[in-house]
Amino acid sequence: MTIKEQQDRIIEDFEVFGDWMEKYEYIIQLGKDLPLIDPKYKTDDNLIRGCQSKVWLHAELQEGKLVFSADSDAVITKGLVGLVIQVLSHQTPKDIAEAEIYFIEAIGLNSHLSPTRSNGLLSMLKQIKLYAIGYQAKSMQN
Amino acid sequence: METTATQNIIWPDVELIRNEFPILQQTVNGNPLVYLDNGATTQKPVQVIRSMQEYYTGYNSNVHRGVHTLSQKATSAYEAARHQVASFIGANHTEVIFTKGTTDAINLVASGFRKEFLNEGDEVIISTMEHHSNIVPWQLACEEKKAHLKVIPITDKGELEMDVFESMLNPRVKIVAVTWISNSLGTINPVKDIIRLAHAQGIPVLLDAAQAAPHIQIRVRDLDVDFLALSGHKVYGPTGIGILYGKESWLEKLPPYQGGGDMIKHVTFAKTTYNEAPLKFEAGTPAICEAIGLGAAMAYVTQLGIHKIQAYEHQLTKYAIAQLSTIPQLRFIGEAKNRAAAISFLIGDHHPSDVGVLLDQQGIAVRTGHHCTQPLMERFNIPGTVRASLAVYNTTEEIDRLVDGVRKAVTLLG
Ligand SMILES: Cc1ncc(COP(=O)(O)O)c(C=O)c1O
Repeated sequence: MTIKEQQDRIIEDFEVFGDWMEKYEYIIQLGKDLPLIDPKYKTDDNLIRGCQSKVWLHAELQEGKLVFSADSDAVITKGLVGLVIQVLSHQTPKDIAEAEIYFIEAIGLNSHLSPTRSNGLLSMLKQIKLYAIGYQAKSMQN
Repeated sequence: METTATQNIIWPDVELIRNEFPILQQTVNGNPLVYLDNGATTQKPVQVIRSMQEYYTGYNSNVHRGVHTLSQKATSAYEAARHQVASFIGANHTEVIFTKGTTDAINLVASGFRKEFLNEGDEVIISTMEHHSNIVPWQLACEEKKAHLKVIPITDKGELEMDVFESMLNPRVKIVAVTWISNSLGTINPVKDIIRLAHAQGIPVLLDAAQAAPHIQIRVRDLDVDFLALSGHKVYGPTGIGILYGKESWLEKLPPYQGGGDMIKHVTFAKTTYNEAPLKFEAGTPAICEAIGLGAAMAYVTQLGIHKIQAYEHQLTKYAIAQLSTIPQLRFIGEAKNRAAAISFLIGDHHPSDVGVLLDQQGIAVRTGHHCTQPLMERFNIPGTVRASLAVYNTTEEIDRLVDGVRKAVTLLG
């Protein structure tokens, strides 16, 4: 699936939720289900510091696609991170670098992107873009 | 604090009081707002908002400078606000310096001590439960002067270890700077004892009264405190204004903080002579409107009666603790016997921010995180807490909403 298709799928998934509780229940479950990051990648180098919760993000290039794994000490943040990974992992650096991320707003979670939430989600998105741009530049050199 | 059976608290005017706070009459995420983040900042009553509006629509002008009518009016109102604040804390108006807030006030004193009184090998005493604004200014001063920052330890309940404090006092200590009420734990510290013990060895004391001002009566003469700092925005006043109280003898000795207009008597390029306190410490055009707003806030609190506020908040805090205690997964951080209306807790192993997000969804505003007291969080080995902090306009119904909201969060987080 393309990044756009992934986002549209998530938006559709979220349409069935009747209220905020169902929505957050789903995000929390997603947080609990997110595959654990390999402990060797839970380093300070991979740490994205929000003021409140921490996010660890690891990126790897596999057969021309960027694969992300991540973790957070807060489960809601972890669930949101899980959604972002569903959308952006296993895509090419070029597609990631050029992607427009609209699903977070569309599912009514844009308050989590506000800088004052300081949950690291915004910084994580920025970091993913930076990785993508970095790998893109590298592949053009080769 | 003992947790007694729940009963309805009688505070006949609470609906009237709520009506004076326009911001409280709104819904957030579809629910009536429950504002329990008063430790961060309180809401403002119409009396304060009106006083500031009247200033800008009626007599905005610079102070201490003009002979014209508006300037005289502004100057009178600004100085009347100073008198209002002085009477609020039981001081002489010449001992009240307007600052940007508590942080600014503490920096003013720390900067003066750095320049004039602190030398290599000297010591400054603070406590484990200080806000960063009563840590970092002293840390900077100590670093520069090769002095030592000493920290009073606390018990697991969140009370100062007073016997240790006593043993820390010695002639090298140049100042003791502690908070009156902890913003994270709600602990009310035994400041009278602290001051008595320090003074017995000739050591001055600064009190961070940021969290004390909205909740308990401040009488600087009874306390015999040397310096006291508070922020207007935490006591129903505007942001950008606060005060430093300093004993007259100290304000004479303390060097100026910043240079500029208003703080001078006479300037030549060779030498400037300074104005007397408090103007010596108020360089530049001050926050006139905010000072007037602060005066109105203090008049408001005085008119409600600080003792009445304290009694009401005491009951409300008791009620909140009793109700929250019924949630099995909840544990309190800070269980001092003598405490004020800031209640910190954690739910099982859940991250405080998760709880905060789920409460926000229900229109309940609490603070989560380290509350600018990172060393204190380290002392308890936790990333932060969820903090509900109460004010005079909060009700038992709002406490019930909080408890209900926390229960929902517990269910969701599993
Ligand atoms: C105990 C304490 N001291 C100092 C401060 C700093 O106050 P301000 O930011 O208004 O300068 C606060 C505010 O959170 C506080 O709670």
